[in-house]
This record gives sequence, structure tokens and C-alpha cells, in this order.
Amino acid sequence: MSLALAIATGDLTQLPSRRDEAWRWSDLAGQILDMPAISPVGEAEGEGPFAVLADCTTVVVNGRGAERIDLLAGQTVALRFVSSSDGTAHAAQMVVTVRGKATLLESYEGQATGYLAHAGLRIDVSAGASLERIVLAADAADAIAVSKADVTLAPGASFAQTVLICGAKRQRIETHLEHPGGGANVRMDGLYLISGRRHGDITTVVDHIARDGTTNQLIKGMVRDQGRAVFQGKIMVAHGADGTDARMGHHALILSDRAEVDAKPELLIFADDVQCAHGNSIGALDQAALFYARQRGLPLDEAKTMLTAAFVAAVVDRIEHEGARAIAAAWTAARLEQG
Amino acid sequence: MLSIQELSASVGEKPILNGLSLTVPAGEVHAIMGPNGAGKSTLSYVLTGREGYEVTGGTATLDGVNLLSLAPEDRAAKGLFLSFQYPLEIPGVPALTFVRAALNAQRKARSEDELAAPAFLKLAREKAAALKIDFDMLKRPLNVGFSGGEKKRMEILQMAMLEPRFSILDETDSGLDIDALKIVADGVNALRGPDRSMLVITHYQRLLDYIKPDRVSVLANGRIVATGGPELALELEKSGYDRYAA
Repeated sequence: MSLALAIATGDLTQLPSRRDEAWRWSDLAGQILDMPAISPVGEAEGEGPFAVLADCTTVVVNGRGAERIDLLAGQTVALRFVSSSDGTAHAAQMVVTVRGKATLLESYEGQATGYLAHAGLRIDVSAGASLERIVLAADAADAIAVSKADVTLAPGASFAQTVLICGAKRQRIETHLEHPGGGANVRMDGLYLISGRRHGDITTVVDHIARDGTTNQLIKGMVRDQGRAVFQGKIMVAHGADGTDARMGHHALILSDRAEVDAKPELLIFADDVQCAHGNSIGALDQAALFYARQRGLPLDEAKTMLTAAFVAAVVDRIEHEGARAIAAAWTAARLEQG
Repeated sequence: MLSIQELSASVGEKPILNGLSLTVPAGEVHAIMGPNGAGKSTLSYVLTGREGYEVTGGTATLDGVNLLSLAPEDRAAKGLFLSFQYPLEIPGVPALTFVRAALNAQRKARSEDELAAPAFLKLAREKAAALKIDFDMLKRPLNVGFSGGEKKRMEILQMAMLEPRFSILDETDSGLDIDALKIVADGVNALRGPDRSMLVITHYQRLLDYIKPDRVSVLANGRIVATGGPELALELEKSGYDRYAA
């Protein structure tokens, strides 16, 4: 049951719905009453947000394009998923292999309205390799878009991810990672900035299957207007996966009465000798700090933007790739300033 | 400059200010003294427009402009500054970034050009040096992890940068050792001038040894109950507030 399957078969009953626990907060079935036509061949506008940083760029437009990327040591590759046709549906598949220290700069670009898009990725990081994956998902406000990545790591590999989303009619970036332990290292961060009537969902599952692995996760976000954010983070530590160190933090700001955040942090621990922690907080901006800033002359909106930017900055600061960090910071500032 | 007439205000259901009247002409430093709970901090918050402080009567004008109808940021742009008794910590925002944003927001509100980065940094360096603030401290998030004395110095630094027409110093002396008190007082005195006025709120006479007021008023039960010259502060130090407390 998935959006990809529904698009491929035209069968609406394949859409995940409220009845599926994992989709409880991001129901698709209720949003898609007719399956649109399959998207035609399209053309991407522009060069994408990461063009200046990339050694090479792979473009997938309306689900069509390359289906495999092999990342070598030292490479920085941009991967663009572009939706360019109004009101149509498409699904893409991508396999990414990593054999060294590399960076994947992935963008979802809504260059049309009302589309349905699904991207399925399989990412394999081989022994000793490390991948930093930055995902910048900028879908159209009335689009329904899902990206699902299945990541496997070899022992001793490392994987660091930062997902930046602004929502859509429904937007979900989902990552499943099988953690082999053996000194492998995972960072699984995310940032959502949801305005208007957008809905953005960051879902992650990290499955520690063997001993001595670390996972560190920091998700932060802001919702305002009638925006809605969903964070589902599951970390499982299997029986025997001793020595696991897993930390999850999710912290959200709600800036209006009609905005909503649904969070489900889950730690499922079946091993004894582990260190696991999670923290979850949802609140408003500190009114005293807001008054302080206004007393100094900052208009209310500017003060809110400044304090919100400061609140979410920690996620962006953890991006290792300097150029990507700068682009993420600029994107964050621009999203916050758009009223 | 500042004119307050019959000002009444409450917090929740509780009246705190009860028909307070006070005039501070241009160029004057006016000290307000009074016992705990007299309404000193409430006065500063009502004048600057903090939420939760409801004005129930009276007026307050700065240069003839009705302050009470303005948003806090518009009062600031008119030149009203409050040095907080407990300055807030602003995590994630370097002090320099904060002050520059504030300064340029005020200038924009007054239709003045923004201060460019080099000129701003030069100004910040000068003012920080005068207040013996390590410039590197201004690169850290504002007030986060600063000591009480450092926070108070940071307030005066902001005041020096923003050059307000009217400053309210709310117990700026609390938490300061004697050396810091002198530095802060020098900073405040440097801002005195014929076009500026200040309201200095304090419990103790001590601060007034360093910031010499033109007038001293006693605030008790939400009203000004006595006004005099600097000698009134000395008298209060001796006799206490008891006779005003009834």
C-alpha cells in the first residue's frame, strides 16, 4: 500500500489512509478522489537549488530520468526530482550507491500545481564510506508528494541526513534505515517550516540490528497559520544490539492557534546495555523575549522571525557541507520571511 | 518630554498604579524610589507597552505623543528605552546581530537610512570599550550564560548604541558590584544631555551617588507621594519608606 503503487495501478484503494497507523496523520486516501493521468514527458526549469555546489547533477522530471547514481569518494552530486506538469501523477525510482565520503544534495522542486509525486530511493553505503544527504523539499502548496528512502549501511559506514521541508497539500519525507552497528554512525536530522494550509511530514525509522551503533537525531520546526506538521520518529534497538547509543530530540514552535503539530517519538528497546534518550517539546515563542525584542524596536513580525530563526538554527548548523549549510540557511530565512 | 497624568493600571484584576502623575522635562534625570511592591516595575512596563499591564485611566505622552496607543516597537522608535531589571536571554541570536537589527528597525521606522555594517561595527567597538565589555562577548548569543553584571552592562551598551531620547533604568544597580556600578554609571552619564531624559528606578540611594538625579520622587501604593531634590534620596536612606507606606 503506497502512493507509488496507487499511481502505477491507478487503484485508489492502494492509497494509505487514516486507518494505517503509519499514515494516521497524513492520510492520502481522503485527499485523492480521482487518480490523475500519468504525467507526460516534462522539462525542468532552472538548475535547482544546489547547482553551484555539485560536481554533477542528475535530473528526474515527472518520474523520468536516470535510475541509478554511483557516488565515489569526494563527490558531491545533486539529484533533482522535478514535477513540471499540472494535475498529473508520476513516480520515480532511484538507486544510490556510495563508496567513499560523498555528498548527495537532493531537491524536490514543484514547478507545476496539483500534481501527485512519489520518489522511491534505495541508498547503499558501503563499508568505510560515508554519505551526507541533504534533502530540500519545495513542493507546490496544492501538491501531494511523498519521498521514501530505504537506507542500508555497512558496518563502519556513516550516514548523516538533513531534511528540510515546507509542506504541501500533503508532503512526506520518509526514511527507513537499517543500522548495522559495528561502529556505524547515523545522524538523522530534519527541519519543517509550515505556513498557510500546508501539511508536512517527516517520518524516520532507524533499526539498530547489531551492537555498537550510534544514532543522533534532531528535528526542529515551526508551524503557523493553519499549517500542520507531523513527526514520527522510531528507533528500534534489537535484541543483542548492545552498546547502541541513540538520541532523539524533537522541538517545535507553534505560532498560531490554528496550527498543529503531531509528534510520535518512539524508542523500542530490546537490548539491555544501551544508552537511549528522547526529548520532545512543543510550545509558543517566549512572550517575554518577544517583548524584549520589541522594546528594542523590532517590529512584532521581525521579532518573531528572528526568534524562530534562532530556534531552528541548530538543525542547519549541524549540516557538515559548508555550501549546503549556507543554502539551507538562506532557504530557512526566506521561508520565515514569507508572511 | 515625558508627561504622565493620573495614570492607573492593573495587572489582572489587581490595581497597581493609582492615579500616578509625573513630569520629566528634557535634560533631566528623575529618580524614582519606593518600597517593594510600590509599582515601580509596573510603571516601566506600562510606559513601554508590555502585554498583561492594562491601563485603566490617565495619559502618558512623550514629546506630546500619546505613548499608550502605540505598539512597543513604535514607542522604541520614538526614543523610549527600558533597561530591564532582569534582561532576557535570546538564545541563538548573537548580541551584535540583535542590536544591529534593533538599531536598523528603529532607523527604518523613523525613515532614516540603515547603518551599514562597517559603521555599525565601529560604533559597537567604541561603546563596548567604554563599558569594558570584551568585544568577543558580542558575538555570543545575547545574555545567554552572562552574569548578572554582564547583562546589565549589555543593557547599557544597547542604550548607548540606540541613543534613546528617554531611558528608563529599572534597578540597573541590582546585581552590580561597586566597580561595575561605576562603569555602568559612567555609561549612563555619558548619555546625559539637554535633549535626553531618564527615569532611574532604584531601591537604594547608592546608585544616585554615581548618577546624580535632578529630582527624586517617592512611589508608594501606585502613586507619587513625595517629590524633591537629591536630598530626598539621602533622607529616605536614613528614615526608610515607612512614613509613605500607609
